[in-house]
Amino acid sequence: MANGATGIGARVKRKEDKRFITGKGKYTDDVRMENQAYAAFVRSPHAHANVKSIDKSAALAMEGVVDVLDGHQLTGDEIGNIICGWAVNSKDGSPMNMGAWSALATQKVRYVGDAVAVVIADTQQLARIAAEAVEVEYEELPVAARADKALEAGAPEIHDNAPGNLIYDWEIGDETKADAGLAAASHITEMEITNNRLSPNPMEPRSAVATYDEAEEHYTLYTTSQNPHVARLVLSAFYNVAPEHKLRVIAPDVGGGFGAKIYIYPEEITCLWASMKTNRSVKWTSDRSEAFITDAHGRDHISTAKMGFDENGKITGFKVDTIANLGAYMSLFSSSVPTYLYATLLSGQYDIQNLHANVRAVYTNTVPVDAYRGAGRPEACYLIERMMETAARELGMKPAELRAKNFVRQFPHETPVIMTYDSGDFDANLAQAEAAADVAGFPARQGEAAKRGKMRGLGYSCYIEACGIAPSAAVGGLGAGVGLWESAEVRVNPVGTIEILTGSHSHGQGHETTFAQIVSERFDLPIENVAIVHGDTDKVQFGMGTYGSRSGAVGMSAIVKAMDKVEAKVRKIAAHQLEASEDDIVIEGGEVKVAGTDKALGWHEIGLAAYTAHNLPPEMEPGLKESAFYDPSNFTFPAGCYICEVEVDPDTGKTEVVQFTASDDFGTIINPMIVEGQVHGGLAQGIGQAMMEQVIYDDDGQLITGSYMDYTMPRAADLPFYSVHHASTTCPGNPLGMKGCGEAGAIGSPPAVINAITDAIGNNNLSMPATPQNVWNALQAASAAQAAE
Amino acid sequence: MTKINMTVNGKAVTREVSGETLLSEFLREDLRLTGTHIGCDTSQCGACVVHIDGKAVKSCTTLAAAIDGAEVTTIEGLADGDLHPMQASFKEHHGLQCGFCTPGMIMSGVDMVNRYKAEGRDVTAEAVRHELEGNICRCTGYHNIVKAVQDAATKM
Repeated sequence: MANGATGIGARVKRKEDKRFITGKGKYTDDVRMENQAYAAFVRSPHAHANVKSIDKSAALAMEGVVDVLDGHQLTGDEIGNIICGWAVNSKDGSPMNMGAWSALATQKVRYVGDAVAVVIADTQQLARIAAEAVEVEYEELPVAARADKALEAGAPEIHDNAPGNLIYDWEIGDETKADAGLAAASHITEMEITNNRLSPNPMEPRSAVATYDEAEEHYTLYTTSQNPHVARLVLSAFYNVAPEHKLRVIAPDVGGGFGAKIYIYPEEITCLWASMKTNRSVKWTSDRSEAFITDAHGRDHISTAKMGFDENGKITGFKVDTIANLGAYMSLFSSSVPTYLYATLLSGQYDIQNLHANVRAVYTNTVPVDAYRGAGRPEACYLIERMMETAARELGMKPAELRAKNFVRQFPHETPVIMTYDSGDFDANLAQAEAAADVAGFPARQGEAAKRGKMRGLGYSCYIEACGIAPSAAVGGLGAGVGLWESAEVRVNPVGTIEILTGSHSHGQGHETTFAQIVSERFDLPIENVAIVHGDTDKVQFGMGTYGSRSGAVGMSAIVKAMDKVEAKVRKIAAHQLEASEDDIVIEGGEVKVAGTDKALGWHEIGLAAYTAHNLPPEMEPGLKESAFYDPSNFTFPAGCYICEVEVDPDTGKTEVVQFTASDDFGTIINPMIVEGQVHGGLAQGIGQAMMEQVIYDDDGQLITGSYMDYTMPRAADLPFYSVHHASTTCPGNPLGMKGCGEAGAIGSPPAVINAITDAIGNNNLSMPATPQNVWNALQAASAAQAAE
Repeated sequence: MTKINMTVNGKAVTREVSGETLLSEFLREDLRLTGTHIGCDTSQCGACVVHIDGKAVKSCTTLAAAIDGAEVTTIEGLADGDLHPMQASFKEHHGLQCGFCTPGMIMSGVDMVNRYKAEGRDVTAEAVRHELEGNICRCTGYHNIVKAVQDAATKM
């Protein structure tokens, strides 16, 4: 059945590329409706203030302004508050302290960018000018811009129902055992670790085009979403915009997501509601400055950690205390990121029996924080892998040796933080990466660099993460408000071509190619005969969308399940028509054959037979279309080893990544070209976090890094060619054996970079991002310390 | 309003535009050539790059009225036939994922290769990375974009 040219494992060029390289992609901002008006939001310039009054008169008087709408009208129409879809309880059992979040603020604004009103006008330019003319009187309040400060006694309180700005105080693992493990240690490594705040920055800014059909009482929303069905569900069930059968959500071509386009933001809600209020199609497209103050940010943890080792280098105990900044409101999955997506991965690749983590989530007067590529797992990986490298240096061991002493080697392996690792071969990834990176040749390269006046360093990261979220009942038990299955429908047409309808959503991942590959493999058909349909709630019945590297492990598994049903029916039809036993039917070469004979039906003949229904087995329904819902049995656990090599210019602190080597275990790989591309992009974002990117707020809650003038996006010249390899074990949990590859690069790379730079400069005290200034300062501190000795 | 004449993708175009209309806006909204994208508001991301009289320019920082009489080529008009070699190389080398930055990358890549060829300079990886300073991609990590541009340089 295997189709070598276009099946599983083939480097098939992407089917979707032609429209993108010729400028024919259709993104949300390319959509134009008849009678379209434009929305511009009136946003708070203050991080924390009471709204005293809103004077719309000047804006309303402008010709071409359709209306100016505010939060009182919105709540008056019973548009619901924005929800957080994952309930996390504090360790004392109390529910999280979730403050109300209206799409348009009524009484109080809580971050710079919080919207208080929207102008609807005939042109975008006019809407923006009119928004400037809306006069809002604010009473400024004291600001809590930093998470650690927001927890201090006397800090300004942001929500009435969150005393001390604490959302929850949560724990996982056994503190008594972790303490005992640390007490028994012969060496303890202790670190304070910050995970810098980032802005996801998909290149396509968010956009929404909402249309209300008065006659049908029906809404259509084009939007930049990673999960249009989730958007429809939430808009309908919680925000009361319209019942689901009266709301169609279309996410056409979407220009990157990285988590930022999972959530249903105030702007989409407001555009839908405004289209009903004004009886116009309403379009809003963010500009980049607006994206920085409205798209959910990522990361932003402050942690202290202690790891104990015995005299053989075995980990005896590990204790972590983390403060997680969730911003001014709880975004859709914000609560799960620093808990179930973070602390559950703190065991890393290691057999750690005694582990405890405490997490306090905190409100601040900043943009809401939620999942960004990796979501919690990069924070966990960075913490463990900085600890391991540091401990190795303190213990005088090679970093690889200390890690290998602690690797998990028996599977399944239950960690003390509720994960069950199902497969992996961490030694294999380590060995592959060390060979590819020529670690043995490093001392010579270091010596050569020293002659040129450069400091060369080498850093490791052995990451594990959890993808394919996850058994619905399991996540339900942990507080998730949704199930996390995926759905698929396989439609074989009368001419034998196939459409795959999927609840997964592609916004750069190449599903139109890889999903077609698994069909080509299964039915041995030309890949051109397969089309992938996604991103439209009127076409696909339901789906949970794409995030957390789940399209392969969960989305493709649903397709396989539906193909199983199609194949069973095809076999029955063929056996009936060819007068053979079902067991003798084989599917190959575009035909359905009786093994060992010359009897065969073309795939198109099977399709036609199913739809003409002239000669089907007794009692068989006509047609050839099957659907399936697939619920995963476990998370999947991609893992690997990354080795980074850097050169630092000691005069300037400027650091160059001269070599980056990756060995990943992603389980089965459908298309190596696309998987390598995912790794490249993830590595670039991880190197960006490690060396360049940081969202900075001042103490007044003003965003300092609000454009590409200030927030450093990695450019081509900042990055190397990557050396990407695979040493895979099959995932036992899903039919194709897939683990997922979308986030690994962003998860595994930051500690490798920082470990390499700290190795080069001989000072372990360096925080991300390792800008030339930060590296230079760390170098000066190291020199000063050396001089003092 | 100002009356402007241009040749866009080989076709003569005459329109009335306001003085503040950006070329990017004119192309996207007036001519509905939506392959030219807007990814930032500080002229840094390069998703809007088009060719004006054969040179790569960020259309988001060009006033439409200021280039009266110019010849403009957008991503839609780049190919003379099926695909321009740069477009083909981007596909061949998986130089795109979400596709949003891609039109600008391709237009910058073509301009760069044209200049380097005219000056007899090698299109090295280092040169490509340097020349793409004004084009940001968030998906690919640039690895395959650099390879695509270098490959196209051998075919243009």
